[in-house]
Amino acid sequence: MLSRTADNLYWLARYMERADFLARILQASRRLATLPRAYGGVETEWESALLSSGAAPAFHAAGLAVDEANVTQFLAFSPDNPSSIRNCIELARVNARAVRTALTVEMWEAINGAFLELKAFEQSRGVRSAEDLTRFLDFVKQVSAAYDGGAHRTMLRNDAYWFSRVGLYLERADNTARLLDVKYHVLLPETEAVGGSLDYFQWTAILRAVSAHTAYHWVYRDSLKPWLVADLLILRPEMPRSLIACYESVVQNLDRLGKSHGKHGSAQRHARTVLGQLEHATIENVFHNGLHDFIEGFIADNQRLGSLVSEQYLF
Amino acid sequence: MLSKVAQFDEMGGVDGLIRLPYEKLSKWLGSVEPEFLASRRAQAELLFRRIGITFAVYGSQEATERLIPFDILPRIIARAEWAQLEKGLIQRVKALNLFLADLYGPGEILKAGVVPSELVYRNPSFRPEMAGRRVPHDIFVHIAGIDIIRTDDDGFFVLEDNARTPSGVSYMLENREVMMRLLPDLFALHRVAPIENYPDQLLATLRSAAPRGAGADPVSVLLTPGQYNSAFYEHSFLADKLGIELVEGRDLFVKDDVVFMRTTEGPRRVDVIYRRLDDDFLDPLAFRPDSALGVAGLMGAYHAGNVTLANAVGTGVADDKAIYTYMPEVIRFYLGEEPLLKNVPTWRCREKDALAYVLAHLDELVVKEVNGSGGYGMLVGPHATRAQIEEFAKKLADNPTNFIAQPTLALSTCPVSVANGVAPRHVDLRPFVLYGPNGASVVPGGLTRVAMTENSLVVNSSQGGGTKDTWIIDDAPLPRA
Repeated sequence: MLSRTADNLYWLARYMERADFLARILQASRRLATLPRAYGGVETEWESALLSSGAAPAFHAAGLAVDEANVTQFLAFSPDNPSSIRNCIELARVNARAVRTALTVEMWEAINGAFLELKAFEQSRGVRSAEDLTRFLDFVKQVSAAYDGGAHRTMLRNDAYWFSRVGLYLERADNTARLLDVKYHVLLPETEAVGGSLDYFQWTAILRAVSAHTAYHWVYRDSLKPWLVADLLILRPEMPRSLIACYESVVQNLDRLGKSHGKHGSAQRHARTVLGQLEHATIENVFHNGLHDFIEGFIADNQRLGSLVSEQYLF
Repeated sequence: MLSKVAQFDEMGGVDGLIRLPYEKLSKWLGSVEPEFLASRRAQAELLFRRIGITFAVYGSQEATERLIPFDILPRIIARAEWAQLEKGLIQRVKALNLFLADLYGPGEILKAGVVPSELVYRNPSFRPEMAGRRVPHDIFVHIAGIDIIRTDDDGFFVLEDNARTPSGVSYMLENREVMMRLLPDLFALHRVAPIENYPDQLLATLRSAAPRGAGADPVSVLLTPGQYNSAFYEHSFLADKLGIELVEGRDLFVKDDVVFMRTTEGPRRVDVIYRRLDDDFLDPLAFRPDSALGVAGLMGAYHAGNVTLANAVGTGVADDKAIYTYMPEVIRFYLGEEPLLKNVPTWRCREKDALAYVLAHLDELVVKEVNGSGGYGMLVGPHATRAQIEEFAKKLADNPTNFIAQPTLALSTCPVSVANGVAPRHVDLRPFVLYGPNGASVVPGGLTRVAMTENSLVVNSSQGGGTKDTWIIDDAPLPRA
């Protein structure tokens, strides 16, 4: 297939996934922000939303006060934030339009429908109540699910599909990693011991953000423990957003690409190495060596894979 | 026949008696509630918006993507009428191809004095780069859109030839799909010639036009200027239906006079380029050096005979409005036949007497730039203000060669579903002709364009015109159920 088409599909998938993640972050933050302090509610909640989404530098450059209204506006609707939900949807559609021939009708309709809805939303002067916002965030998650489902159900299993999946899982891995990192190091009060009673609601919020609250209980049959939350989101292959699950999928899709092209390259090798590290890691080791360092290392590796994919296929 | 008085409606004729092809539609219209039509109109709009069939209007800020208004009532032509039209269209495209091969070859028609040489050589669309060159199979125009207007029962006229990159065929195809979804009952009353095989025919034409050295399975691509082009929807739609790659200039490169596309598996050779990019932008080395849309070296590959461009480079000289006036002579010259389709009578303003006449009758004529298209830069005399006419008269007197004038034709009207019922609106027709080494074909129907505003004669989509589905129906009455 055309390299440009592959590139567009790859980014299209990333933008749709990112829009979904932003909606989840906002929902989790709103939930936390309603908690009294004694239950884990903290001033830094909105700062942490900015950090998890990677939008903090742009936000601070704009000189805005960190509060619910500003952060929500910036992450969800701001045309000035390159990664706002609105821009993700718009960019997804730009990419989709450029490669319409590579999309199935269902995928196109999901994206185009989202775009038209977004325009209608903006024309009706956007969010005027908390209810509006809830509706909007749910809508974004639905769109992302519809796109993903459309791709899964209707796309031919060929390059187009594999590239699009590689983009999706790379983005998802990046998002999960950032979420964990920020929650651990920004939310947690310095003096509070990890696993202290006050942060119960914060762990809940993390799990809710990735729709894994119930899953946690099924997997561990235990009350919330931070290291188990980390274990679930990093090392548990049955958890679809865990780093290891994302990398299993990345490796699988890259391998199919390699097989169909009759050539495995540095992208495949690197992805396998990262997966191997995750497979051999234990959560004790991760904590022993420092969670933050582990995650930083992972994010760097993940970015490197992005570059290798570009070099190998999207010349 | 061309007077403004007798207004011909394709359903009601001039006297209000329902014409045969429209009998069933007319009855059906009498049987449905106005609300029914209104709800179908709304559904149609929704469908088009969801599918994303949009058209960009240049110079309009609020609407970089606009829907082309779609009218839900079909425009109907009987098979017998169509058969005549079809023959005339094929004759015309055949002549256009012979004409172009001659213009860039021996130039017989110029030597014979049938067409003035300066109209050709001074024409901005004439490509000196093509002089003395032959193109694969000597075919220049693979895809033509010939704009036709109707003024009465048997008065079909060619308004304009489009031999460059005619657009609109995707609307023709989508209109039909939408109609079948919206009005299945109306379909059931008729036998409508199918058009869905157009993409297959187009692909066959492209493949057959491949250079002789291309091998048994030539690779075709569709070259688009990109998603900001007004017809991008059509480009992606067609590439999809044809099952070929939709490429931009940056996806292609030329090495040793061979064209390749960049794929995830490395370079792949390209044999046929269905290009929807104007000549000027094709190759920055040969034409506009500032073009970022084209492919450097493409003309080298073309001249080396390693790639087919459809349509060929330089076809614009033949569909120019000044050349148009000579088309009847062109047909006689190459085919030795009388033209089956008439031209609209046209004054060439480059001729002194004609200019004097046109200047004296601006208020009743339509004056067009010979190189204009899309309804830009024209004067519709009867609808213009005195100030507009005076301003135009100056432009015309300054550079008469640049203009032609035609009478304000009584374009036929068709019933259109409007806010308060059904009303007549002016229409034209763009049938699409495919021309390859194995012969010519015309898809039955074509794109009917409608001037959606009452009394307006401008049907161009860039000027807010709309479209209709066009039905070629069997004349024989259906057996009664």
